[in-house]
Amino acid sequence: MAFLRTTFACAAMLAAGTMPAAEYAALPGGRFASVLPADAKGADTIIAPFALRREPVTNAQFLAFVKTHPQWQRGNVAPIFAESRYLASWQSATTLGAEAQPDQPVTQVSWFAAQAFCASENARLPSWNEWEFAAAADATHADARSDPAWRERILNWYSRPSNAAVARVGGEANFYGVRDLHGLVWEWTDDFNALLVASDSRDQNDPDRLKFCGAGALNLRDRDNYAVLMRVAMLSALKAADTTVNLGFRCARATASGATP
Amino acid sequence: MNFIRLLAITLVFAGIVPARAAELPGHSVYRLPIALSDQDNRAFQLADRAGKPQLVSMFYTSCQFMCPLIIEELKRTQNAISDGGHTKLPVLMVSFDAAHDTPAKLKETFGKRKIDATTWTFAHADAASVRQLAAALDIQYRALPDGDFNHTSVLILLDGQGRIIARSEKMDGVDADFVAAAKKLAAAP
Repeated sequence: MAFLRTTFACAAMLAAGTMPAAEYAALPGGRFASVLPADAKGADTIIAPFALRREPVTNAQFLAFVKTHPQWQRGNVAPIFAESRYLASWQSATTLGAEAQPDQPVTQVSWFAAQAFCASENARLPSWNEWEFAAAADATHADARSDPAWRERILNWYSRPSNAAVARVGGEANFYGVRDLHGLVWEWTDDFNALLVASDSRDQNDPDRLKFCGAGALNLRDRDNYAVLMRVAMLSALKAADTTVNLGFRCARATASGATP
Repeated sequence: MNFIRLLAITLVFAGIVPARAAELPGHSVYRLPIALSDQDNRAFQLADRAGKPQLVSMFYTSCQFMCPLIIEELKRTQNAISDGGHTKLPVLMVSFDAAHDTPAKLKETFGKRKIDATTWTFAHADAASVRQLAAALDIQYRALPDGDFNHTSVLILLDGQGRIIARSEKMDGVDADFVAAAKKLAAAP
């Protein structure tokens, strides 16, 4: 089965023809202080080495995907996998049109659709911790999160009105050579529905604890990092079939430690 | 004939032709191409559950606190629905814990909790499938480093075609609205 999938994915890539293979950057992973501690005691998270797409998936790339995977074209997708606004800014199921430039990040894609795209390039969606790890970097530091200037720059993006046109991909590369983690779009993670679990599994009888005692909820670390916490809140509010005009994605892959992806 | 059947099976497994998906409603969770194994290590597809209304939940066997409550709540609810002559609705519980809840482990809990083998199924799926199923059912869960999971505790009522008809997070007694919805479904021809 895995073999068959791989074969079809390769065939799809060949069929796409002109689309160059997406570039992935190798990230070392390691011990990381996530805003969502691994447990209620605030433990660090251990992240395995991984590869991350250098840029978010663009409209042109997603168009090539739906052309070779017609079941993911607007109009063919069952609503359990993508709601009615899926790819709504495209002119048609297989035409981008004026509202969707080829080098803008694709948005209005559901989690299921993003997963299927990543599978087509032998990848998966990044975990929240992988995304957060990559996004902690600025151009020169692996972890710039304590730098007030870095925080301010990111927060400025969040304060921009959401009806402004989405910029094109190709922002400044960060320490790892990954672009546009901040300042362009929100991005799906594989575990978007795992970040803030509302009801804790242990205290059925206390209504307050039931609602708010999730491992994440009361233990957000680094509460001043609003920009990243907003991402957590936004992702947690989504359902897997949802799409929004500012929500795109990029893919990730596991790497054998030390291997070049 | 055999060849065509084999071809059809191959295409289904390759993910090209989702099993019976075309006949299912757009909101059916049975559209998910998810492979499972039950407590007796019998392989089945999620879509194989189509046909009868079902009670569905997610859990994990090493859970000391909440999951036994979910099981008891499902028992109470199943009985309340069959009260008055309806047949017992099938119950499907899928584990969050893809790494540890092997069919053998599921079987152990099945016995320990005195589960009715004629209507209940405990099931294992791989981690990616668990994530997809939970997403489709709008169940949140998160693995903790000590092996526990934080998760939404919820009973879900699916109709025969896999549409979510009702859900209940009440774990300390039967949810009357949920039972009423299930009785209505069970009574429908």
